[in-house]
Amino acid sequence: MSDPMRIRAQVQGSGAIVRVLMSHEMETGLRKDAAGKTVPAWHITEVTAALNGKTVLSAQWGTAIAKNPFTQFVVKGAKAGDKITISWVDNHGDKRSDEATIA
Amino acid sequence: MRIAPLLGALLLAAAGPAPAQTSTADGIAQYRALLADGNPAELWEAKGEALWKQRRGPGNASLEACDLGLGAGVVKGAFVELPRWFADTRRVQDLESRLLTCMQSLQGLDAAAIAATPFGKGEQANVESLVAYISAASRGLKFNLPQARAEERQMYEVGKRVFHFRAGPYDFACVSCHGEAGKRIRLQDLPNLTVNPGDGVGFAAWPAYRLSSGELWGMQRRLNDCYRQQRFPFPGYASDATIALGVYMGVQAKGAASSAPAIKR
Repeated sequence: MSDPMRIRAQVQGSGAIVRVLMSHEMETGLRKDAAGKTVPAWHITEVTAALNGKTVLSAQWGTAIAKNPFTQFVVKGAKAGDKITISWVDNHGDKRSDEATIA
Repeated sequence: MRIAPLLGALLLAAAGPAPAQTSTADGIAQYRALLADGNPAELWEAKGEALWKQRRGPGNASLEACDLGLGAGVVKGAFVELPRWFADTRRVQDLESRLLTCMQSLQGLDAAAIAATPFGKGEQANVESLVAYISAASRGLKFNLPQARAEERQMYEVGKRVFHFRAGPYDFACVSCHGEAGKRIRLQDLPNLTVNPGDGVGFAAWPAYRLSSGELWGMQRRLNDCYRQQRFPFPGYASDATIALGVYMGVQAKGAASSAPAIKR
């Protein structure tokens, strides 16, 4: 069970600025543990953002993204009170989806 | 190496041309400002808040009855007055040793076993989350460690001696690196801890999220690693020597605003 994301969404000009912190190990699959065994890759592969259910951003992520990633983007036309939903899927097939209201 | 993509993403996110850098220090300050906006320590704060309220351990109790110095269950403002003397344990305790006391007395967990657990594992990971939550509740408040009791003043004097104690294969002391302003190791400024280093610097910046390892470090882990860097034997977790150092640094930082949990390289 993954930990919740932290989502902040604020009106900015004619849209909204969204800041997301995700809790994820983001293992590259290149590291070795103390016993010399490869630590298997474990990272987010897909991120989507939806505004009131309509997808506004979709991204494919890989091993080059940092642990506990932070991402920030601007949504044009978003208004206060709109719902922004962020979802990710990792290479284990785990999913996480969190929602925030634009303030 | 895992920092680079995050920084890249942040630079892209902060639209507009990059201002001309006038010096290395300005460049470092700009890099830190970009990072501070998305400090993953928030993830630990959220976990810590849930842990504080959750009934756990053989005692099936939450930590909400834990006295951090301002009365049972008072979290806000407690961090900036620690370490302090506690009547029930008759000891000067820092945040982490106080949490061990509460986890043992309220929840029935074994404090000695937690102290012996490696950092970031098992209950130690929970202590790190709790430390993030409790320090965050005092963000922006000014350090004001009590020094009214003889025990607290004694710990300050002990801490001062420990801070200046030179030993080990490098003949190092804390003061070797932290006794002069304007020094740094790679990207990290070294605060002068023999005086008040100012708001959100030195003692006022820990606990903190370490980007290099993706971990949240409390003061105990910070001190443990300082001793590793000095090639000293590791100090005991929540030992009196580490608490005394906390009293010394905390009293020196009187009036400085806490930025904990901060973000570090």
